[in-house]
Amino acid sequence: MKNRLKVLRAERDWTQAQLADRLQVSRQTVNAIEKGKFDPSLPLAFKAARLFEMSIEDIFQDEAGS
Amino acid sequence: MNDLKTDSTDWATANKRNTTRLGYWTFTWVATMAVAAFGPKLIWSYATVPTIIAVLVNLGVGFGMIVANRRYLRGLDELHQKIFLDAGALTLGVVLVCGLSYELLNEVRLISFEPQFSHLAILMSVTFLIGMISGHRRYQ
Repeated sequence: MKNRLKVLRAERDWTQAQLADRLQVSRQTVNAIEKGKFDPSLPLAFKAARLFEMSIEDIFQDEAGS
Repeated sequence: MNDLKTDSTDWATANKRNTTRLGYWTFTWVATMAVAAFGPKLIWSYATVPTIIAVLVNLGVGFGMIVANRRYLRGLDELHQKIFLDAGALTLGVVLVCGLSYELLNEVRLISFEPQFSHLAILMSVTFLIGMISGHRRYQ
């Protein structure tokens, strides 16, 4: 699954640690999601969508469907 | 946004508290295990009542440690829960396969000594440690 987490984070000038703090996960988790090594759960994806005030589809894209 | 910030601070604090609590329970469990193991010989000359008390205290603290471990695990974020689960699954598999083979070695007289649980506990610890390290490296 691809995602725009890194771009959205950079637009807001947040560090990985700051985003992790806002999402209530560890920095390692944010890093793994950004690198596409780990797919977040639906609740975490919703939390990210709420934080960036976007829909889930605007942040996460299914590679098979794209 | 403020709510999110407050929640995250609470999460980090709760996580730290769970880790510290688990550390205390583990330390106490090891200490009570040492008392139950060495107390009968070194302190109270195998008197039955203190030995039973020491074993019961050790068991009670052990269950406390299990509860603390469960709380710690539930407080982790989803990636760390997955790493923990993968390491646990690896440990279960390795210890089941190797444990049964180890017992078989004695039964078919390939080894002369009685298989000991402590050897399995060491294997369990080492396998879990390897699983955790490789899990953390995989998601770096």
